[in-house]
Amino acid sequence: MANQTKLFNPDRPKSQDISWCPGCGNYGIRNELMDVLEEMQYKPNEVAIISGIGQAGKMPHYLNANGFHTLHGRSLPIATAVKAVNPALEVIAVGGDGDMFAEGGNHLLHTIKRNPNITVIVHNNQVYGLTKGQGSPTSMTGMKTTTQPWGVYDEPLNSIALVISQGCSFVARTFVGYKDETKEIIKNALLHKGFSYVEIFQPCVTFNKINTYKWYKDNTYFLHDHDVTNKNDAILKAFENDPFPLGIFYINKDKPCFDDHLPPYKESNEPMYKREPDFDKIREKIASKRG
Amino acid sequence: MATFNVVLGGAAGQGINTTEEILTKVLKQSGFNIFSTKEYMSRVRGGINTTTIRISSEPVKSYAETIDVLVPFTSGVVNWCRDRMSENTIILGEERLREETDGNISFIPVDAEEMAKNLGNKLFINTILSGLLCGLFNADKNVLNNVVRENFEGKGESIAQKNADAALEGYKKGEMICKEYNLMFDVRQDPSVDKKVVMNGAEAVCLGALNGGCNFVSFYPMSPATTVAVELVNLAEDMGIIVEQFEDEIAAVNASIGAWFGGGRGFVTTSGGGFALMCEGISLAGMAEMPLVIHLAQRPGPATGLPTRTAQGDLNLALYAGHGEFPRILFVPSDISEAYDLTTKSFDLADKYQIPVIILTDEYLVDTYYNVESPNVSKKIDRHIVKMDKAYKRYALTENGISPRGVPGYGEGVLISNGNEHDEYGDTTEDADLTTVMQDKRMNKLHLLKKEVLAPRFFGNEHYDVLLISWGSTFDTVKSIVKKYQHLAMLHFSQVYPLADISSYLKRADNVIAIEQNNTGQFADLIQRELCFNIDKRILKYDGRQISEEFLEKELSEKGVL
Repeated sequence: MANQTKLFNPDRPKSQDISWCPGCGNYGIRNELMDVLEEMQYKPNEVAIISGIGQAGKMPHYLNANGFHTLHGRSLPIATAVKAVNPALEVIAVGGDGDMFAEGGNHLLHTIKRNPNITVIVHNNQVYGLTKGQGSPTSMTGMKTTTQPWGVYDEPLNSIALVISQGCSFVARTFVGYKDETKEIIKNALLHKGFSYVEIFQPCVTFNKINTYKWYKDNTYFLHDHDVTNKNDAILKAFENDPFPLGIFYINKDKPCFDDHLPPYKESNEPMYKREPDFDKIREKIASKRG
Repeated sequence: MATFNVVLGGAAGQGINTTEEILTKVLKQSGFNIFSTKEYMSRVRGGINTTTIRISSEPVKSYAETIDVLVPFTSGVVNWCRDRMSENTIILGEERLREETDGNISFIPVDAEEMAKNLGNKLFINTILSGLLCGLFNADKNVLNNVVRENFEGKGESIAQKNADAALEGYKKGEMICKEYNLMFDVRQDPSVDKKVVMNGAEAVCLGALNGGCNFVSFYPMSPATTVAVELVNLAEDMGIIVEQFEDEIAAVNASIGAWFGGGRGFVTTSGGGFALMCEGISLAGMAEMPLVIHLAQRPGPATGLPTRTAQGDLNLALYAGHGEFPRILFVPSDISEAYDLTTKSFDLADKYQIPVIILTDEYLVDTYYNVESPNVSKKIDRHIVKMDKAYKRYALTENGISPRGVPGYGEGVLISNGNEHDEYGDTTEDADLTTVMQDKRMNKLHLLKKEVLAPRFFGNEHYDVLLISWGSTFDTVKSIVKKYQHLAMLHFSQVYPLADISSYLKRADNVIAIEQNNTGQFADLIQRELCFNIDKRILKYDGRQISEEFLEKELSEKGVL
C-alpha cells in the first residue's frame, strides 16, 4: 500500500489499522484521492469527506481531512448541507453501490437535480462487501451471492445511463487499476462546478469472484474522440456493456448550481460559523406583527 | 369578563380567511384583545372549515367552543356547528340558510350577496361581512377603512376603494342589526393591546428559531408543519438564511445534521409521519454528538390519520425515536410566547450539549393566533464551538462528557465525526472498554440536562384537593378552569423530557388527573416510569379537536371533582 503523499496520510492510532481486505480496490481509491488532493494543493482542513456505510464508508478514517462517517445511503444530503453552510470547503461524498443505488437512490436522483458543487465518488464493486457477499444493485445477472444463491435473475442497474438521463452535470467512470486516468478524472471532477459523479470500478477480492482486476481490465476501455458536451452520445455510450466504456461521459457547465441560489452568499462567501444573526431584522419582523 | 366567540364557517376556497384577516386586524388595531383558531379539512376546495375568533376586554388565550355569533358562508355550516350552539347563539346568514336552523336559535338574515351585487361584484361579500362584524363590535371605522384599503391596495386603487365602500356598508348594516334586534356586544378596549404583536404558533416558532441563530432549514412538506417552512422560506432572502425543500424527511433531517457539522445551525420542521422517517437520523445525531433541532407539529395518527387536525399523540414517538440510547430534550411549548422562547432555547441547548432537541407543538398551537407581548430578541449567540489545533480530538473525554466541538475549516486541525462507535479522535472502534466509556460519556449528558430542566408551571390553590397535570398547548384552557374552581390546582409542563421531579406535588393531592390529547395518557405513563407514581385518572381527548373549556369542565364534573 505504497503512497507518496504525506499531507493527507493520517497519524491517528486507529487510522493505521485499515480494515479493508488485502488487495481490496479501496486502497487504490484512497491513494489516488490523497495524491489528487495533495497535487491540487489542498490543505487537510479545507477538505470534508462525507461517507455512507459499507467498506467505502470507512474512507474518512484512513485520511487526514475533515470527515463524517454517516449512515447508509445518507451521505449526499449531508454533503450538500456541509457545502451549503461553508462554500470554501471542498466536499467529497464517498459511498458504495449499496449507498448510492439502493439505500440512497432517492438522494442520488435529487442531488443530481439540485446540483450542489460537490463531488461523489462511488466505489462500485458490484457486490455488498461489508455485510459479506449479498447482491448489490449492480451485481451482474447470473451472479451467485449469499442471498441470491440461485443467481441474480434481474438486470443490473445502469448507473451511468441513470445519472446522465437525469442531467447530472459531470459524469465519469473509471477503474481503480488505471491510476493516472483515475487521478485525472477525480481532478476534473473536483474542478467542475456542480455535482460531479465519479464511479470507480473496484474489485471486491473476497466476495466477487467474477468482477476481478483482470475482468475489469478485459472488459473496459477508455472513451476516445467522445464529445463530453453531447448528452445523446453520452447516453448511447452508457448503454455499452461489452466492454464497458470508461472516462468522462458527460459535462454540462450550464446547469444551475444549488449553491449559486443560496441567499446568504449574495454578498459574501463567509461561512455560516462566522456569522451573527441579524437581530435588528428579527426585531423588525416581530414589530411587523403589530397589525 | 366580556368575551365573545364569533365563528366563521364556509367551504375551502370561499374566502373566510379574508374576512378573518380583515376582522382580526381591525379589532386588534381598535384595541380589542383577539384570539383566533381554525379547524379545517384536508381539502383545497369544498367541505366545511371554521374559524373561531374570540373578542375580549381581557387577554384571551384559551379555547372555548360555544358560539355567540355564527356566520355561515354556505349551506351545511349550521349543522356542522350544531353541537357548539346554545340558546344565546345568533346566526347571521343569508335568508335561505334559515331553514337549516333549529327553532330555538336566533337567526338574523343578512343579505350580503344582494349588497355585494349592488356594489358591483359578488366578491365583495367577504369585505362586507368583515365590516358587518366590525359594526357589531363597534370597532374603529377609520381603522376598518385603512385595513381594507391596505389589504386590497395591490389590486389597484379602484378595487381598494370599492372594498372600502363595501366594508363601510357592512359596518352600517352591523350597527343597524344591533339596533333592530337590540343586541349589545359590550367589549371594552384594552390600552395594552396596542403594543402587543399578533402571531400564530408557527410564526412564533420561526422567529424563535431565527433568534436562536437558525441559518439552515431543511424540510419536506407535511401538514401542519409546512406553515413553519413556508414562513421561513418567505424570510430567507431577507434574513440571509438557507431554506431547502428536500426530497424526503430522511434527507431533510440528515441535511440539518450536515449543516451543524459544517458550522451552521440547522432546523427541521415536520409532522408525525415525517418524524417517523427521521428516526435513523436522530440516532445518528445521538451517536455523532451532533446538535439537531426538530420541530414536530403533531396531528392525529396512526399513519396519515387526520392531516389537518390536532393531537398530542407523538410524545412516545419523540421520546423513543432512534435506535440505541442517547440523551435528548423534549420541549412542549404551552403557548405562543413560549413557542418563541423555547425554540430559541432549543438551538442553544442542542449546541451546548450536542444532542437532538425536539420541539413538540400541535396543529392547534401552530394555527392559533392571539395578541402577545412582543418577544425578547437576543443580543448574541453563544457559540459552543472551538478552533481546532493539530492535536484536536472530536470526542475527547472530559469530566462532564461534553467534548469541545470543532467545525471544518476553523483552525488547523480536522475533525472526524462518526455514527459508528469511536475513539476520542472519531475513528471507529470495536473495543469493549472504550465502547462502555463512550456510551457513559454520551449518557452522562442526561444528568447535566436534568439540572437544567424547566420547572413545570404551578397555578391555583396552594392547598389543592385536585391537581391537574397537563402539557403543551392545553395550558390556557386548563388554567381557565382552574381559575374558576377554588379547590383546583394545575401543574403544567413545557418540558416533558428530561422530566422534572414533581413527586412532592403529586403526593399532596387527593386526586391527580392527567389531561392529554391522546388515547392512552402518554405523559401520565412517562410520569409513572420516571417517578413511580401512577395517575389512574385521565381525561383524554383524541378526536382531532382541541380540548375546550366546556369539554374539560364537563369531564371534570363527570369525574366528580367539581
